Amino acid sequence: MQTTTPQFKENARTALANPQLQQALTKMKVGFVERRAQARAALPEFDALRDQARDIKNHTLEHLDLYLERFEEKVTAAGGHVHWARNAEEARRQVIEICRGVEAKSVTKGKSMISEEIALNGALEEAGFEVVETDLGEYIIQLRKEHPSHIIAPAIHVLKEQVAEDFRAHHIQFDKARPLTEPRQLIAEARQVLRQKYLDSDVGITGANFLIAETGTSVIVTNEGNGDLTQTLPKVHVVIASLEKVVPTLDDASAILRVLARSATGQEFSAYTTFSTGPRRPDDPDGPEQYHVILLDNGRSGMLGTEYQDMLRCIRCGACMNHCPVYGAVGGHAYGWVYPGPMGAVLTPSFIGVDQGGHLPNASTFCGRCAEVCPMRIPLPKMMRHYRAKEYEEGLAPPAMRFGLDLWGFVATKPRLYRLATRIAMGLLGRLGRKRGRFARLPLAEGWTRHRDFPAPEGSTFQDQWDAMGGAR
Amino acid sequence: MTDPSSSFSHADGAPDTSDAAPTVGLFVTCLVDLFRPRIGFAAVKLLEAAGCRVVAPRAQTCCGQPAYNSGDNGHSRRIAAQVIDAFEGVDYLVAPSGSCAGMIRAHYPELFEDDPAMHLRASALASRSYELVSFLTDVRDMPLAAIEARFDGAVTYHDSCSGLRELEIKQQPRRLLSAVEGVRLSELPSAEICCGFGGAFCVKYPDVSNKMVEEKAADIVATGADALLAGDLGCLMNMAGKLKRQGAPTRVYHVAEVLAGMADGPGIGEADIGEAEEDAAPAPADT
Amino acid sequence: MSAARDQILGHIRRSLGRGEGAEAAAAREAVDARLTERPRGLIPERARTPDPDALVALFQEKAARVDCTTQVIASLDELPDAVADYLARENLPAELRMGAHPDLTAAPWDSRPTLSVSTGPTDGSHAVSVAAAFAGAAETATLALLSGPDAPTTLNFLPESEIVLLRKSRLVGPYEDVWRLLRARNEEAGGLPRTVNLITGPSRTGDIEQTIELGAHGPLRLHVVILDDV
Repeated sequence: MQTTTPQFKENARTALANPQLQQALTKMKVGFVERRAQARAALPEFDALRDQARDIKNHTLEHLDLYLERFEEKVTAAGGHVHWARNAEEARRQVIEICRGVEAKSVTKGKSMISEEIALNGALEEAGFEVVETDLGEYIIQLRKEHPSHIIAPAIHVLKEQVAEDFRAHHIQFDKARPLTEPRQLIAEARQVLRQKYLDSDVGITGANFLIAETGTSVIVTNEGNGDLTQTLPKVHVVIASLEKVVPTLDDASAILRVLARSATGQEFSAYTTFSTGPRRPDDPDGPEQYHVILLDNGRSGMLGTEYQDMLRCIRCGACMNHCPVYGAVGGHAYGWVYPGPMGAVLTPSFIGVDQGGHLPNASTFCGRCAEVCPMRIPLPKMMRHYRAKEYEEGLAPPAMRFGLDLWGFVATKPRLYRLATRIAMGLLGRLGRKRGRFARLPLAEGWTRHRDFPAPEGSTFQDQWDAMGGAR
Repeated sequence: MTDPSSSFSHADGAPDTSDAAPTVGLFVTCLVDLFRPRIGFAAVKLLEAAGCRVVAPRAQTCCGQPAYNSGDNGHSRRIAAQVIDAFEGVDYLVAPSGSCAGMIRAHYPELFEDDPAMHLRASALASRSYELVSFLTDVRDMPLAAIEARFDGAVTYHDSCSGLRELEIKQQPRRLLSAVEGVRLSELPSAEICCGFGGAFCVKYPDVSNKMVEEKAADIVATGADALLAGDLGCLMNMAGKLKRQGAPTRVYHVAEVLAGMADGPGIGEADIGEAEEDAAPAPADT
Repeated sequence: MSAARDQILGHIRRSLGRGEGAEAAAAREAVDARLTERPRGLIPERARTPDPDALVALFQEKAARVDCTTQVIASLDELPDAVADYLARENLPAELRMGAHPDLTAAPWDSRPTLSVSTGPTDGSHAVSVAAAFAGAAETATLALLSGPDAPTTLNFLPESEIVLLRKSRLVGPYEDVWRLLRARNEEAGGLPRTVNLITGPSRTGDIEQTIELGAHGPLRLHVVILDDV
């Protein structure tokens, strides 16, 4: 996917000026946050479970190669196929080959962020397949030719009136006068349209929330049931998963599942958690005849052993963005690539480079709310700070900022100079601001005064006043 | 060990004051030093009321957070080393800011992870460093009777992010405020949501920051409170600047000013600095 | 094996700084131990009760919260009545599609002649399905259904309404106890079935303005009949 991350500031301005988006975001900020808080309150062990989830993933990452080998062994033993993909291009090619192998025409898809990461839909369409997203949110944005703006609620930026418009434009088989004012009506219509797509599909593609080494199983967690229809009805089920999805055992998966839905939607458990192991058995009355797992690296093996390794614990619950004031202000599209919010602010520079993704770790107040709610206890601000340091070291930080930092660093490490300089500057500012107590405009502080007044200083510094009154040093 | 003043070892050279009043080194913070010294004086008054001897080490400037958060680890280390030197002789470092105290407590040791000698010194200082209100409550267990202040009106409180999340400051200011005569606390529903200041963030991403402070200001006004309080001057200047720009009547003070009975002067961003300077000198509680 | 595989695994080992010899052997041992011992983590207090009645109560309470209805019957003989009454209450057609699971085929369906019962998978033309759960986890009212010759997976997703029979003797507290039962079954069956569905309430979506609506793609209704066989 083409990135617009370098234009984050422009993207943000556009988003802030979009009233429909702002309306949708206002709703989101309340809903997810309240529901998670309730779920947390209802489970006294919640925070201890977060510690445990973190420890499980840390152990797994430290032994990632071995667990992946075991996973592969078990998938193969169950009659499935494992494909290793170093990068997006390899993964796309593997999916296309599998589809061609069964002379597929139509491909249905469950919700998968990895599929977004490797830009699969475009590649499949280019290769001549009909591609249908079946998650309701994904379906809506597919009709709108957009990308997900949230990792678990891809169409969170779209209002129901806009969905109705899209449905009227695309579902021309229905009566023009039908009522589409309520979510219920929209959902019933989507259900009807997509039902046929599932039945016609040759290949079903899903992501995976977990891969289980013990059993060679892939797991998807959904609420709609679309993922299950996607992987049950066609003759081929393709799972695309990144390396870090593996966990050792069924017990480990359930331990993490206890914090996943609660953190994501505030549910205690999602409606459907489905464990798939191999293709249908000889006596099974339904299920896919082929089962493929594509294991995607795409930069992850290089994050191991670095200050970004903790990010590989991420289970894609979306809690960080639900609680992020920056995401809440601008929404997901402003981030300009696949992953928005705080997790995106770490993943984006990891995957597309700090030169392209550098804005995102900077566009944070380090308020720490993301780390506070992360079920996997990922220190997101700390990793964003690492990216800022990397940017600074590589000389990518904007020159004006660098100059300001150098100047401040120079003065701040010379206390006497600091006192002299601040005495003069504050004396001047204090006199200028004495009358109103604030400035409506201030040279060099346009970024501040464009939107707010700048409170004037008292005029003399604490240090000087302290000396004047003979304070102890 | 019940006497909090003796709870830390003095192996790093701090004087042994276990029987006497502990010596608190006031880390005044650059924003308070430059923009609103009266917060520093309010802190001094409160610390003295809590039985401490207060010194203000001369060689202090800034905690280094602007550099640290901008990825400039070189300057951050030099500034941190300077603070560590300057405060090595005191029992405690106390700052009227959760953000600066958080920098010293949580991040100084991180800065010197590759330098064992400095790491030891940074950790020693970190363990003796506190934000003002949490120090008064958690370390000094300041009796409510020692708060001699009056503030007439409803106040609302914003929990600045660093204090809240790095230092777990939440109940401490509310507990102390309950001892201020005349004050009514009207809680801000979004008290734990960032105001959009974020240091350099507010000038690097002014539009996003504006959206955040705009929502914050609306929430503050909606509480109907006469005054907004918080424990960090950066956030306060941001919110005061927005409230003033909007013409809101809400007055804005650092919580220390109210607790010290020194909030009778102009609020942040208000005129009449001349009078304020007279008020700023530590004086008996003006109740 | 593919070049990509070797390169990815090699890169992981280099990034982790994994040494050769004793170090590699220790890592292998740690992994083997975890996969054999399968240590159990922290189980929430609420799921720890061994009392079957308390588990039923917990299951029913949690089910109600996710729009899943429940009822308890005393014997399999009551299943046809329970199903027929439910269908009547919900104004649903008296046509059932089910798997040939022994518990389901053993029920005296003839006792309610208005019910028409057929077995097999569904292509979406059936409005109501009946399935037998392998187990249930009371902690969140979660049903575990296994695919197999007598349990088509399509029955769990295509019909608008699903009725699931759950034996009280198979109702456990935490998910981990479902795995314990499943592993015991696997020893006989020679591994996991193709699909294990953990189902908690009917299908739902919040994708349109976060308004929760039931029956997005899967069933709109889920009714659990608990058979008191304890």
